Amino acid sequence: MAQIIGLPKLSPTMEEGVLLRWTKKEGDKVSPGDLIAEVETDKASMDFNIEDEGTLLKLLVKEGDTVKLGGPVLIIGKPGEDIAALVAQAGSGAAPEAPKAAAPAPSAQAPAAPVKPSAPPAPTAAAKAAEPARAAATPKAPAPAPSKGDGGPAPGKKLLASPLAKSLAVELGIDLRQIRGTGPGGRIVERDVRTAAEGGAAAAAPAPSEGNGRGAPAAHEVSDEDHTMTQAIAVRPRGTATEPGADFEDVPASNMRKRIAQRLTEAKRDVPHFYLQRSVDAGPLLAFRQKLNDLLGDRGKVSVNDLVVKAVAIALRRMPECNAAWVGDAIRRFHGVHVGVAVSIEDGLVTPVVRDADKKGIGQIAAEIRDLADRAKKRALKGHEISGSTFTVSNLGMFGIERFTAILNPPEAGILAVGAVMDVPVVDKGAVVPGKRMTVSMSCDHRVIDGALGARWLQVFTELVEKPESLAL
Amino acid sequence: MAVISYREALNQAMREEMERDASVFIMGEEVGYYNGAYKVTQGLLQRFSERRVVDAPIAEMGFAGIGVGAAMVGLRPIIEFMTFNFSLVAIDQIVNNAAKIFQMSGGQYNVPIVFRGPGGPAVQVGSQHSQSLESYYAHVPGLKVVMPSTALDAKGLLKSAIRDDNPVVFIEGETLYNTTWDVPEAANGDGDLIPLGVADVKREGKDVTLIAWSKMVWTCLDAAKQLAAEGIECEVVDPRTLRPLDVATLAASVQKTGRCVVVEVGWPVAGFGAEVAYQMQKHCIDALDAPIERVTSDDVPMPYAKNLEDEVQPQPKDVVAAVKRVLYLE
Repeated sequence: MAQIIGLPKLSPTMEEGVLLRWTKKEGDKVSPGDLIAEVETDKASMDFNIEDEGTLLKLLVKEGDTVKLGGPVLIIGKPGEDIAALVAQAGSGAAPEAPKAAAPAPSAQAPAAPVKPSAPPAPTAAAKAAEPARAAATPKAPAPAPSKGDGGPAPGKKLLASPLAKSLAVELGIDLRQIRGTGPGGRIVERDVRTAAEGGAAAAAPAPSEGNGRGAPAAHEVSDEDHTMTQAIAVRPRGTATEPGADFEDVPASNMRKRIAQRLTEAKRDVPHFYLQRSVDAGPLLAFRQKLNDLLGDRGKVSVNDLVVKAVAIALRRMPECNAAWVGDAIRRFHGVHVGVAVSIEDGLVTPVVRDADKKGIGQIAAEIRDLADRAKKRALKGHEISGSTFTVSNLGMFGIERFTAILNPPEAGILAVGAVMDVPVVDKGAVVPGKRMTVSMSCDHRVIDGALGARWLQVFTELVEKPESLAL
Repeated sequence: MAVISYREALNQAMREEMERDASVFIMGEEVGYYNGAYKVTQGLLQRFSERRVVDAPIAEMGFAGIGVGAAMVGLRPIIEFMTFNFSLVAIDQIVNNAAKIFQMSGGQYNVPIVFRGPGGPAVQVGSQHSQSLESYYAHVPGLKVVMPSTALDAKGLLKSAIRDDNPVVFIEGETLYNTTWDVPEAANGDGDLIPLGVADVKREGKDVTLIAWSKMVWTCLDAAKQLAAEGIECEVVDPRTLRPLDVATLAASVQKTGRCVVVEVGWPVAGFGAEVAYQMQKHCIDALDAPIERVTSDDVPMPYAKNLEDEVQPQPKDVVAAVKRVLYLE
């Protein structure tokens, strides 16, 4: 019994993925767990392991294509099965009741593939070609199949918006997908659209009508289905060449870049940031690091940043009020101390996580960070390695940056921006002497951390850094 | 302009219509020598004699039926129920005769009758005398249902009801008789007629539409005043006539504000507010920013104890809370 397999959720926040490479071809037999493709998600390139058994009858997307979460990617079944109906169904955007990448539906009792005779007329081939996003739009599946276990298919989440918000979004040219709703269950309501319109940051320009073959739809059409909205306010289609003669070029944004843009805009707009800075005597820290590295010899190397991560972790353990997040009607205190470390990679950044950093030794932290950073640059991190941090450290000291402030990484309430260690004249017992100083800037979510609380935390952090032997205790 | 009471306005309306049209007469319990249980017919017996102001025995089914028969042969009766709670004794005459005779007689007989009297909970009169029965009558094709909230509306609407060629159920607010309003002095004139089926915006606002009738208009105006202090501008729209309902005026307001709260003192289940909410979602779906809220009495027979009686009925604070829900302020 052949079935369509949809794109599974490969990272906690992915909404679409780019199919980078097929590792199997049509006709190949596969068993559960087999790697069949690599997919670039918003965070990293991930393995797509099939969870069904059978023969790959048809690969529905080409390498490089973008697929919405749950969108059809292949047809699996027995050799020789007639899959014409399934191909038509996948092509028309209609999908099986629910994408079944991982849901192990017992195929023996599955009824005949539901071919929808009343499916809406498929757009013309030309229109589809111009609109890859539309063609792959999340199908109107009744409900996600109950996903048993991990990696279950979560088809595109239904966009919740009040009818007024929808009509207003069309009027103001706002892309609802870029807005976070403040109504019940995350419903986007009028004020959210107005805020976005005023902020402008999240607003996508309405596509010119010739771009998608039609003008903005009337409001009542929009309430009909979310992808109508997608169509109406589609951003420039991927890969569209810059118009000839233009004095600029548009570099298409990668998934990661789009995700960064969205998340940071939300964070900077929605989280009330404030900043605390102080200068730390880095002399003892450098000396301590030297001692550790002498001891380690060829077995590894500890960086200033590794020590900073350790100091941050201990400070958070001592002051759990700062290891917390605002959750709307409460402050959530995390039991574990998981420190995210911002790592710059080509075209973006990722924040791999050192879990339970307060409980790990300096050597282990150093080794973990090196491994995570290496694999981040190769885009080989797994979803669980880039999620769940409770506080983040960002360090630009290696670029000679003396001090900077960072944007919070929600839901975390704090992020520490670490500058370079500088040789500076310091006053010691009335005399000017050479000293080593490092400036740290803490960005705080004021809903969780007040000024005095943040200042006390920085004090604890500073004491740890200035007496670095305590990091080994 | 003259400031008069709701009671005086009703009295003027009947007096003026009886002066204008000799076929108009009043019948009911205590409407004559006692001047009406609520003194709405004050002085009418002296002016128009026992022939046109008829004290009836305590037999609602009987005098309502006499009224229907009189209307069929060309008179224009005003049947007063001491309260609308007692109309339940006569409801067969209203629903099965008054409402249907025009259609069942193939248009040979029309029934120009007004059934009027106080309705809605008053103060500590017990569960059998504390109910708002407009939903019963608004359900019936062939009837018109009018529920004025102010003296001005009471006068203009009662005159229109008396002149209407079909049966009108005219439910007065039992606690509104002493409320006052500016009412133009237009004795015998037609200038103060208010047509049936036309809603009235009692207060303008841009943030949320409150739809209410009779006593609840006042509750909503109170709530609107409180909310204005918080910067929330409520539009209070009074349909005045529930059947036929002025959907266009109500919908225009909801389309403007994008939010709607329907307030009624009746019970929640199958209350007339449910019909209003249905009409508003149907006509305003694209304008709505939040689900329509209803505020009603609790789903219980009215308790006698004053504190419980207040608790059961919609109070301004309940309206305020509903407004905040549709504005996502909670």
